[in-house]
Amino acid sequence: MADVTFTVDGKKLTAAAGTLLIEACRKAGIEIPAFCYYPGLSLQAACRMCVVRQEKVGKLQTACTTTVAEGQVFITESEEIAQARKATIQMLLGNHPLDCPVCDAGGECEVQDMTFKYGAGESLYAEAKQHREEQQWSPAVYFDRPRCILCYRCVRMCGEGMDVWALGIQNRGVTSVIAPNEGDHLDCEQCGMCIDVCPVGALTSGSYRYKTRPWEMTHVSTVCTHCGDGCKVTLGIRQSNDGSEIVRADNRDKGGINGDFLCAKGRFGFDFVESPDRLNTPLVRNTQGKLEPATWEHALTTAANKLKEIRDNRGGSAIGVIGSNRTTNEENYLLQKFARTVLGTNNIDHQRTADYAAFARALAGQSGKTAGLRDIGAAPAILLVGGDPTQEHPLLAWALRTDVRLNRARIYVANARNIKLERQAKAVLHLTADGYHNLAATLDAGSNDFSKAVLAEESLVVVLGPECPGTAIESLVAWGLKRANVKFALLGDHTNSRGAADMGLFPDLLPGYIPVSTPAAFAEYPGLQAGAGKTLPEMLIAAGANQLDALLIVGADPVATTRMASESLKNTFVIVQDLFLTETAALADVVFPAASLYEKSGTVTNAFGDVQLVKKAADRAGVKSDFEILVRLANAMGIEVKSLVPFSKRGTSADLGQTRGAQAGEADRSAVWLTANNLEPRLSPFDPLAILDEIARLVPGYELDRMNLYAGNDVRTELGATPGFVPVSALHNSSLIAPAHDTLFTSGTLGQYSSALHELEEHQKNDVATTAAD
Amino acid sequence: MSPNSETMSIFSPRLAARLDALVQKYPVKRSALIPMLLYAQDEIGYLSDAVIAAVADRIGITELEVRNVATYYSMLRFKPAGKFNIQVCTNISCMLRGAYDLYERFQDELGIGHKGVTSDGVFSLEEVECIGACCWAPAIQVNYDFLDELNPDSVPEILSKYRSAAKSAGEASHA
Ligand code: SF4
Ligand code: SF4
Ligand code: SF4
Ligand code: FES
Ligand code: FES
Repeated sequence: MADVTFTVDGKKLTAAAGTLLIEACRKAGIEIPAFCYYPGLSLQAACRMCVVRQEKVGKLQTACTTTVAEGQVFITESEEIAQARKATIQMLLGNHPLDCPVCDAGGECEVQDMTFKYGAGESLYAEAKQHREEQQWSPAVYFDRPRCILCYRCVRMCGEGMDVWALGIQNRGVTSVIAPNEGDHLDCEQCGMCIDVCPVGALTSGSYRYKTRPWEMTHVSTVCTHCGDGCKVTLGIRQSNDGSEIVRADNRDKGGINGDFLCAKGRFGFDFVESPDRLNTPLVRNTQGKLEPATWEHALTTAANKLKEIRDNRGGSAIGVIGSNRTTNEENYLLQKFARTVLGTNNIDHQRTADYAAFARALAGQSGKTAGLRDIGAAPAILLVGGDPTQEHPLLAWALRTDVRLNRARIYVANARNIKLERQAKAVLHLTADGYHNLAATLDAGSNDFSKAVLAEESLVVVLGPECPGTAIESLVAWGLKRANVKFALLGDHTNSRGAADMGLFPDLLPGYIPVSTPAAFAEYPGLQAGAGKTLPEMLIAAGANQLDALLIVGADPVATTRMASESLKNTFVIVQDLFLTETAALADVVFPAASLYEKSGTVTNAFGDVQLVKKAADRAGVKSDFEILVRLANAMGIEVKSLVPFSKRGTSADLGQTRGAQAGEADRSAVWLTANNLEPRLSPFDPLAILDEIARLVPGYELDRMNLYAGNDVRTELGATPGFVPVSALHNSSLIAPAHDTLFTSGTLGQYSSALHELEEHQKNDVATTAAD
Repeated sequence: MSPNSETMSIFSPRLAARLDALVQKYPVKRSALIPMLLYAQDEIGYLSDAVIAAVADRIGITELEVRNVATYYSMLRFKPAGKFNIQVCTNISCMLRGAYDLYERFQDELGIGHKGVTSDGVFSLEEVECIGACCWAPAIQVNYDFLDELNPDSVPEILSKYRSAAKSAGEASHA
């Protein structure tokens, strides 16, 4: 819409005609208080805090519903307005207990701030305040009725934002009250969004209430460790006896790809880090065959000596490496580099949750064809093939719903299951379980209404769910590439599935999906083998047949996920790095206690190729990051660490590396860049970011916008950047792909150790059970 | 779960047909919500959980949404009222012409207060806002009957009239 000019407090402002005054003012740095207004939700005009004076208009106007037009003149602060706002607060405080000293919201409460500003701390009302006991609506959501100011934010967030509609408002006038859908409790998705938007302490969270005050925490913005969407999450950290603990997770920092959103896992599922089952000391199997606590030195030497012995006597092919879906890009990169250059093997794989190799092959040589979450959230049309984002990718589901609500986007759902997002869909096509193969042909034929509608779209994002087999991925990408303006995304599970694939945790593909047979830039890897190694199932079979002498397993539990017989690892020397004594770890010979994503730094790549910085938030005595463990292991094997991780030796005095070849000077280049940008140089081999230069140099698509990355913004990586052709390989078939099919309350191994998520799952299960019995 | 409205409607066939027609009348189904609730209350006596579930089901909204609306209106109730619900207006016109004395007399005679129900279930009493009969204040409403220009002494006669109506209706239904 055309821009208009209007005056606010004597300042000339310009904004598109029809912009809400409150938004136009915020953009211009003029703050207008608001309780009920919430960006992105429908307008309520319930609180009257945002009143302003408009010239030539008799009454004060609500800035949250006034749209700007040419020539208007507004005043946002005056004696009269202050008086009106003060009166509003007095009304709100009529029943409000002002128990700020014990309220969770104290220190970050909008009513508290406004009471300070407009000074209505003393009530003129003679009536006694009505007290009501607090209510527990679910393990996650508590309600303190007297604190509620009836702004309706929670009702709108749950309904419009979440499409759950679990909160309502009942009665009227002074007896109005927010009510949960099941009378005295909630049957809902337990996302905690209602708690997040509540401007006061009326809705509080089961995991945080009465624990601390906001100013006693350090707030660290990092990335959620659960699903493949990679929400930015702010962790509230406090000192504890054995390091520092996470007290709360929320999204104070709304600048991430998730904007306002976090699901139950991101918000409440951080407690696995405090699980009493966490490993906090290395374990080594003793001569009686029992795992017993050991020093780091003993565990590292035991593991290193064995690996060296096997490599030197039987060759690298007798060793296998299994990587993780939840470790950082740097750790994944280092792991494959360690496998290929130190252990001398291509036997490396990970539990694949989506066929990124097929995706990369289909997109090879294309640029600008993958869609990040921000692209999807703004796309006019989306074709969702398979998947149930509401359960498996909550942020994607949120982005799609928001896109429909605010931008009138059109969603087309092609699925073998019935999914909740059909409620937002413009058209739905039900497929048979193996119908994904033929979808491209069906679309091309244009013979049903669904394909006609899809074909009529001028631009499209195709989101491929985890059940799309490689052949379907290829045919759908080929279909889309024939048309202009089609972008793609493939949904992998867990926080860094995409990173594991991008960083080459494959037996036949190097980082960036470069075949080991034609290693291009990776030719500089000393001792790189040209032949493909074994896949994960092949390694396990080989181990069972006594053909694999050692297995290094990082952050994975193949014994549990593949349901293999535990005896098959009997004759294999197994080294495990993990947070917990998983089924696999219990069979290992050496176990290293690893740090969780919340206890280390690095980068992760979400399913959509958005790369984000992971910042160390919590700290836990006894554990080390997988990065550090690998570096120490290499060191114990007698490897010169600098050849593995090019870290800076001399800090700020760096050479540019010309004299000693590109790789040798790398860390110093990093140091030059870092100091030039006022960042600290990487002085330690345990600093994972020291290896980013090498990743940027060698891995196609990972020449990242580092300034933005370090500033905490999401930056894009391009899958299609892989030059040339990724060959079809026998090592990629759909039997290797096992989607996690996590739900709102499960998250692989981590979820098993989160009591918060267990409680929520129980609550929801019982609720479904009781409703069904009625 | 809400009962299937097709097979086991809790409403009489006549009411069910009326509700079906109502839903058709508006561009958006939920617009029919308030009249549906009122008619259902007239037949069943109050908005039981089953009524709320059935209405939600017919309109395709959640029970919570039905309650959000229903709880707003004081004329919709969630507990059974007496067979005859006596609504005494105490708004300004009626008040000036002795509504409080009238209301008090009802309370004394019936032995119940605001929103009370007599033990035999024949009467319930409610103090209400203006019922639009100000010209003939003080006025009361018994179910849908309007009685006006009353004074406290009219109360016994009103009660005995309705009591016998209740009795004969009871006998008729037992016959
Ligand atoms: S937790 Fe989420 S789904 Fe549940 S009531 Fe709150 S906003 Fe709604
Ligand atoms: S509970 Fe909080 S968000 Fe909901 S209406 Fe009350 S004050 Fe607003
Ligand atoms: S949507 Fe995924 S990334 Fe976001 S909070 Fe939930 S589990 Fe974490
Ligand atoms: S913010 Fe405008 S009325 Fe509440
Ligand atoms: S005031 Fe009683 S009927 Fe109007």
